[in-house]
Amino acid sequence: MSMEQLIDKYFRPGRLPHIWCPGCGNGIVTGAIVKAIDKLALEKDSVAVISGIGCSSRASGYLDFNTVHSAHGRALPVATGVKLADPSLNVVVVTGDGDATAIGGNHLIHAARRNIDMTVVLYNNSIYGMTGGQYSPMTPYGSKATTAPYATIEHDFDIAELAKAAGATFVARATTFHTQLLVDLIAKGIQHKGFSIIEAVSACPISFGRQNKLGGPADMMKWQRDHAVMLPAWNKLTEEQRSGKFPIGLLYEVTDRKEYTEAYDELIARAQGGNK
Amino acid sequence: MSKILLLQGNQAVVEGAIAAGVKFFGGYPITPSTEIAESLAERLPLVGGKFIQMEDEIASMGAIIGASLTGKKVMTATSGPGFSLKQELIGYACAAEIPLVIVNVQRVGPSTGQPTSPSQGDIMQARWGTHGDHWLIAITPASVPECFELTLRAYALSEKYRVPVILLMDEVIGHMREKIELPDNYDEIPQAERKQPDCAPADFKAYAADESLVPPMPPFGNGYRWHVTGLVHDETGFPKGAGSATKAAADRQYHKLYDHLDDIVQVENYCMEDAEYAIVAFGGAARTAYEAVDMARKEGIKAGLLRPITIWPFAENEIQKLAGKVKGILVHELNRGQYVYEVERAAAGKVPVYSYAKYDNEPATPAQLLAEFKKAMAL
Amino acid sequence: MSLKIITNRCKGCGICAAFCPKQVLAVNEVEKIEAVAEENCIKCGQCEMRCPDYAIFVEK
Repeated sequence: MSMEQLIDKYFRPGRLPHIWCPGCGNGIVTGAIVKAIDKLALEKDSVAVISGIGCSSRASGYLDFNTVHSAHGRALPVATGVKLADPSLNVVVVTGDGDATAIGGNHLIHAARRNIDMTVVLYNNSIYGMTGGQYSPMTPYGSKATTAPYATIEHDFDIAELAKAAGATFVARATTFHTQLLVDLIAKGIQHKGFSIIEAVSACPISFGRQNKLGGPADMMKWQRDHAVMLPAWNKLTEEQRSGKFPIGLLYEVTDRKEYTEAYDELIARAQGGNK
Repeated sequence: MSKILLLQGNQAVVEGAIAAGVKFFGGYPITPSTEIAESLAERLPLVGGKFIQMEDEIASMGAIIGASLTGKKVMTATSGPGFSLKQELIGYACAAEIPLVIVNVQRVGPSTGQPTSPSQGDIMQARWGTHGDHWLIAITPASVPECFELTLRAYALSEKYRVPVILLMDEVIGHMREKIELPDNYDEIPQAERKQPDCAPADFKAYAADESLVPPMPPFGNGYRWHVTGLVHDETGFPKGAGSATKAAADRQYHKLYDHLDDIVQVENYCMEDAEYAIVAFGGAARTAYEAVDMARKEGIKAGLLRPITIWPFAENEIQKLAGKVKGILVHELNRGQYVYEVERAAAGKVPVYSYAKYDNEPATPAQLLAEFKKAMAL
Repeated sequence: MSLKIITNRCKGCGICAAFCPKQVLAVNEVEKIEAVAEENCIKCGQCEMRCPDYAIFVEK
């Protein structure tokens, strides 16, 4: 299917153009999600896309699935309710760096800990875009933001390491430059039985790029190209060579940790069998 | 066939939940509601339902919203501080019209307050706790059997009107043990049904309502693929920035409830036929009031009790009628005075309205209430 | 015509033009993308892949 046909098939009619700013990477990430879903040939009725609040979270409204644009930070609890109540649904969570790691940070670590089967696509644009450029927990240390006019003195999260430590069983990262990789990782994440998270490094030229003099949309995408390193190559780099760069690819996957809804079905069988 | 049991109010809520067909509970431990979570953790798997202890009160609200979208009947239970945390998503549930039931077993607040002492301090929080214009239903049981009945009623209302229903308990009722007769088999209990669309998915507009003003709500996964949002939306369910959309949404959400007050608002009249003086009390405080009315009657005072069962929407008509009938009204509540102002407003100066506010960790004794009543009415 | 541009979706960000290896595309004075040298197009698909607005497609 051509990209144009994919858009016609998976986007709700009449909802485009989307609200994102010129050069914003969110459209690329959202496009990658539908490509991944198409690659897996999932029925549209079987997919639930649940988002929080923020730029990225507007994606749910464009997509022709069962969709929830929930409250700020709360996509994961809502998604947990959807998935546990109806495990037959394929649950994809769309969230941003502020939504997922600040106001929704507690929910993120606990959803990961439960290893509940859902796929989180974290659009990381390094900033609160919707409110005009305030620093998030993933704004790189030393960057400027409207609430960090003297540059932020807060260290940023490495969300891959955080998710892994919390119990996520599939952790990956790609960028909006590496679109094919992003599609493949989202598809693999959906196929993975358990909690999967894919950080999609995305550019916010308006609210982050301008304040930090990072050039235009194409420059920010070239920055992704020049600073992201595929994991096998990354593994061969020295600490010094890694400085300023970041790894992309499937960073971590385990399959021996019990998935939550499956464990719950076993619990039901145990309870109904009279065993505590 | 039925069985007679000695149950705590909280346990009767659990029985009501199972009987109502609840299949999902998301909660967080908090005194004095925790027994509801503990008991449902055991009971739900037995009926194929799911229980999840979420990471916080907010998350438990989120989880039941998500579960409700799949068509399940859902519950959470909490107390004052947890109720406050849930308020953000109660607003969401009002805006997106998600059926769900929140049990609030009230305790003394604010803050940690007196966690094991009874209170009715969340009366106004139940109505106005969340942000923005919104309309919802709160009902209050005054006995253990009524905990069961009103839990069933909470689902009947919530599913019918697509609205959050708050089962507003207090610690007296939650922890009190009383005799209750329950059916052996819950299968014959009528189950509240959520209205389903009768059009094809291609023609479905998620928030288009008929004259009932309540839009049908298909579960996720059955072909309708609708969008749920807390942004103001038009009948398509998609965000709409126009002022006319804001007004239309608010008006419909108001009228879907307030055009049906006869169906929603329930009060109990106790010894009211010939009453010259009335007590208004609800929940745990009403227990004292029945007794105080009986004592007054023995003294030859024509006292009666009007007990609001539906706390919100307010029993406007019933209180207006009461004000036209009696010589004085005493509102007794376990807080420093909240509901009394509503009663006073509805009475509109027709009769004097007095307050007996009790807020010292203990419910009033009937003798205390009677003394306050006589003092207020100059009897 | 191998390039299909959906003008009302285009926001003129210029990403496609910057990544086009044959300088086929340019943002015009009303901040919309335009094919200025379509005869040079090699249908590599870079523009379609990188467009955040689903505004340009390569017809193969």
